[in-house]
Amino acid sequence: MKVQQFHLDFERPLVELEERIRELRIKASAGDGHAAREIIELEAKLNAMRSEVYGNLSRWHRVQVARHPKRPYSLDYINKLATDFIELHGDRGFRDDPAVVGGFATFFGHKVMFVGQQKGRNTKENIQRNFGMMHPEGYRKALRLFRLAEKFRLPIVIFIDTPGAFPGIGAEERGQAEAIARNIFEMARISVPIIITIIGEGASGGALGIGVGDTVLMMENAWYSVISPEGCAAILWRDRAEAPKAAEALKLTAPDLLELGMIDRIIPEPVGGAHTDPDKAAELLGIELRRELERFATFDESIIAKRLDKYRNMGVFDSGG
Amino acid sequence: MEKNDKKIPWFKRYNKGPVDQPAREIPDGLWIKCESCGEIIYKKELSKNLWVCSICGHHFRIDGKDYIDILIDEGTFQEFDSNITSKDSLNFIDSKRYSERIKETVIKTGLNSAITTGIGTIDSIQVSCGFMEFRFIGGSMGSALGEKFTRAVERAIEMEIPLIVVSASGGARMQESILSLMQMAKTGTALTRLHNLGLPFVSILTHPTTAGVMASYASLGDVIISEPGALLGFAGPRVIQQTIGTELPEGFQSAEFVLEHGFIDKIVPRNRLKATVAGLLRYMYEPAVKTVT
Ligand SMILES: [Zn+2]
Repeated sequence: MKVQQFHLDFERPLVELEERIRELRIKASAGDGHAAREIIELEAKLNAMRSEVYGNLSRWHRVQVARHPKRPYSLDYINKLATDFIELHGDRGFRDDPAVVGGFATFFGHKVMFVGQQKGRNTKENIQRNFGMMHPEGYRKALRLFRLAEKFRLPIVIFIDTPGAFPGIGAEERGQAEAIARNIFEMARISVPIIITIIGEGASGGALGIGVGDTVLMMENAWYSVISPEGCAAILWRDRAEAPKAAEALKLTAPDLLELGMIDRIIPEPVGGAHTDPDKAAELLGIELRRELERFATFDESIIAKRLDKYRNMGVFDSGG
Repeated sequence: MEKNDKKIPWFKRYNKGPVDQPAREIPDGLWIKCESCGEIIYKKELSKNLWVCSICGHHFRIDGKDYIDILIDEGTFQEFDSNITSKDSLNFIDSKRYSERIKETVIKTGLNSAITTGIGTIDSIQVSCGFMEFRFIGGSMGSALGEKFTRAVERAIEMEIPLIVVSASGGARMQESILSLMQMAKTGTALTRLHNLGLPFVSILTHPTTAGVMASYASLGDVIISEPGALLGFAGPRVIQQTIGTELPEGFQSAEFVLEHGFIDKIVPRNRLKATVAGLLRYMYEPAVKTVT
């Protein structure tokens, strides 16, 4: 029986090969020696092909990998990496925003405050999580947790994964712009380390609203930009279908951002993307996270000045002449 | 008594839905039609009235530099960093090269960036100030704007004087991608230092102030003032309408709507802006006795 599985366009040759290997396995298990030999051959071919395809992803392909419905989300990494997680809720003003999760967590023996954007795995979950698109109360919930972290001298670990801050009537009524601006301003002067990882989508102010910190890491297939490729295409090309062109122009991949000096390091993903091997993806994320937590095991107030200086120097412009 | 003190119900006039008229050049000729009430007005009269319709109170869009005359004491403004301009560091190409777009805009507007910054006095109080120019690629925020804003903040810190910024912006400079996004962080975090020193920041919003600028420094004033009828918000009305698929309520994202929801302090007509800012500074700022050499 054929299993209905989601795959991306450029993954098709890989999926077809996997399908053939699966068929051969059935034959081999029935005692077909020829099939067994062919499996070994095809598996080598599959690995080579996977490295080839994933070694040459266009920027638009990477955006699709970042949006893969099987890609691990914040809570998946929490489940795999945190030995303890006590979730906390609410902004103490309006409601609890389920598009962002947070609470006390322990990673590799380090106690931290965790905050991460959370997408849903299916329609029902996505209605609850609003596809990872936060409302103002979500940013205020995050800020409340940042302040708790500061009070109890805990480093802050943040996972970013959002298609954007929610554009809606309630969001505007409750000050979406103010909520994001306030977080940028306040995160600049939180006196504990802030370690940020873009694990999937980093769309604009919606990402930056929990994205000011001391270290910014980015997973290999994540994207981070001032606008989504579709949004950019709609405005500059007047056609959302030009998103692949916009993705190229925006230079929004992890290697692009590293080259521009906007992030500190890239976290490698398993060949084929994080969704092909979530355990391995978590392990690779864990290595970098642990390194950062050890680096920040002791810290003092000078951390704020360093953070401010870092942002002070961002940008490229001409000074005439 | 000033002309605009006639009992005009501003909110009635401006509650007609998102005020989203296109950027418009002031046509030549002696007479001009008010884009809100349709009245034909003598252009000289309108200019004398700071481009506010004396019949309905509609605020015509004016240049950022015009606010220098409106707010700053005559002859006291000194511009800084006028040489700073945008750079196409990503080799961004849409319908044209970004580098070309910058060049054309500089020629067309006579400006080097989307903000003019400097120092001057308001009722004899020295301030560091910035005036955004919507006509420079929609007042969008790129690295040049971010740098000039940040230097204006640093000038305020160095001279221990207040910061006053008049905003008008459609948001981020898409052609600078992540660099543009990081200007929100750069400008927002720069204000942290100003704040820690107890220096005031008065943010003045004009039509329109949205997206990246509204979601960074424009929303971070100790006091936030808006002109009547300005469109203020995070997401554009069209994006919201497409997302939720229903009609937007009347007056949605107008300054009056935003005031009602508690995100700005005051709506002030253009001819009262200077007096209002000066009045605020009397409470928020005590000029240092020492003389600057
Ligand atoms: Zn009128």
